[in-house]
Amino acid sequence: MPPSASSAITLTVDGEAYPLTVDHRTTLLDALRERLDLTGTKKGCDQGQCGACTVLVDGRRSLSCLQLAVAAEGREITTVQGLADGEQLHPVQQAFLDCDGYQCGYCTPGQICSAVGMLGEHAEGWPSAATDDVRPEAGPPPLTDDEIRERMSGNLCRCGAYVAIVEAVARAAGNAGNAPADGDSRSDGDAEVPGTVRKGAAA
Amino acid sequence: MREFGYRRADDVHGAVALLDGDPEARFLGGGTNLVDLMKTGVERPARLVDVSRLPLDGIGPSEDGGLHIGATATNSDVAAHPEVRRRYPALAQAVLAGASGQLRNMATVGGNLLQRTRCGYFTDVTMPCNKRLPGSGCPAVEGEHRNHAILGASAHCVAVHPSDMGVALAAFDAVVHYETADGAQELALADFYRPVGDTPHLETALPTGALITGVTLPPAPVAAHSRYRKVRERASYAFAIGSLAAAVEVRDGTVHDVRLAFGAVASRPWRARAAERVLAGAPADADSFAAAADAELAAAEPLPGNGYKVTLLRNLVVSVLTELCEEAAR
Repeated sequence: MPPSASSAITLTVDGEAYPLTVDHRTTLLDALRERLDLTGTKKGCDQGQCGACTVLVDGRRSLSCLQLAVAAEGREITTVQGLADGEQLHPVQQAFLDCDGYQCGYCTPGQICSAVGMLGEHAEGWPSAATDDVRPEAGPPPLTDDEIRERMSGNLCRCGAYVAIVEAVARAAGNAGNAPADGDSRSDGDAEVPGTVRKGAAA
Repeated sequence: MREFGYRRADDVHGAVALLDGDPEARFLGGGTNLVDLMKTGVERPARLVDVSRLPLDGIGPSEDGGLHIGATATNSDVAAHPEVRRRYPALAQAVLAGASGQLRNMATVGGNLLQRTRCGYFTDVTMPCNKRLPGSGCPAVEGEHRNHAILGASAHCVAVHPSDMGVALAAFDAVVHYETADGAQELALADFYRPVGDTPHLETALPTGALITGVTLPPAPVAAHSRYRKVRERASYAFAIGSLAAAVEVRDGTVHDVRLAFGAVASRPWRARAAERVLAGAPADADSFAAAADAELAAAEPLPGNGYKVTLLRNLVVSVLTELCEEAAR
């Protein structure tokens, strides 16, 4: 007898428990969008190359298009729809609005979830490929624009809104108070000045 | 996608028993490669055994004073770990050079070792490919092979192994630990990947049904002075077109210990032992580094479209070793 091709599971999404029976072939992305009607999470490439489908799984940013729904059972899944506190936007959401960190907006949910996860990783002291010295003795890397671009490189934006996305993420890092100052005084508001040129801002 | 059964394993023995040596079953780790290949039809398993929650994610000292990295540790866990960053910095750099933050949070060490080539003919089921469909041919030899192998390939397959992490593991003499129905066993990474020959579909020496449980790195003081450098066609989030893991210790101006491994040049991470032999006891200068690279690359057999890799690897060896020596001298 062939093994069952489906399972009854419960997905925990944005604090809500959703019992459902899934065909094992269903990705977490398709379960969110097609079964739970949580369409805030977007399908871009559906092959792990664009980042539009980024959600947080147990607090870590992940690609919902490469995760099977059945394998996500028991995990705490947070989508872009679960970031706000009531009417109060998450600081990263607010920063994307303030900095105009999008054009068409399709990649934005993934960008925002990715930035939330990334800021947490940075706050934990994780190095990146842009970090000169990865040894722990070197201390946590400052969140420079180069660091932001490298850490956000898994999220593509076909409109090319990268300049404002980097600005928004930097702004959120300052607002959230979880990133060390990197000496370019962005947290005191110069990101708001139109035409301000920051080091390496061109994408 | 073909329908498939799914079971989550509770422990290592249970996982091996659930898979039961079934050639139509696969272990599921982070899924970043397997799920993608299932979508495209390259992989068509009848059953998945989910091993991603097995308690194999620890990273810590091994019995011989080296480092043990569990098979379900994610790439992110490895790159963030203080002992990896302190004692084997090229390993942390290699992991960080690969994929994206999201993928590194999902991908596991065991899966990384077993990931498949990104050769466009392998991933396109409408094309012939000896690795996917033995005997069907290799269009890359005369086709698109700009990023294919220059070392250790054959007329049957010229695909490269895509791992960055594996390159650093090869430089540091990693040992792969695995479990079978007969118990725990191990294989040096140097013996883990099989030569291409006329069987490119047989990629590793892992027995059918074996589950990778972890990797150990022997103690290597030289590894504390190491670097991974990756060359790719865009600044981030792309596979290598050539990469180098290098470690060197210089005493009195001569090379005391050196480790070199190349990435994106062969069907496996390529330990450059011929280059290491040239460097042992040699003056630590650019002439020696170039001679060492030439010794390794003398065996290169580039295709018409990828000869640039020979120059690329030679330059990588000279520049990275020069940097490491200059930094150590400060």
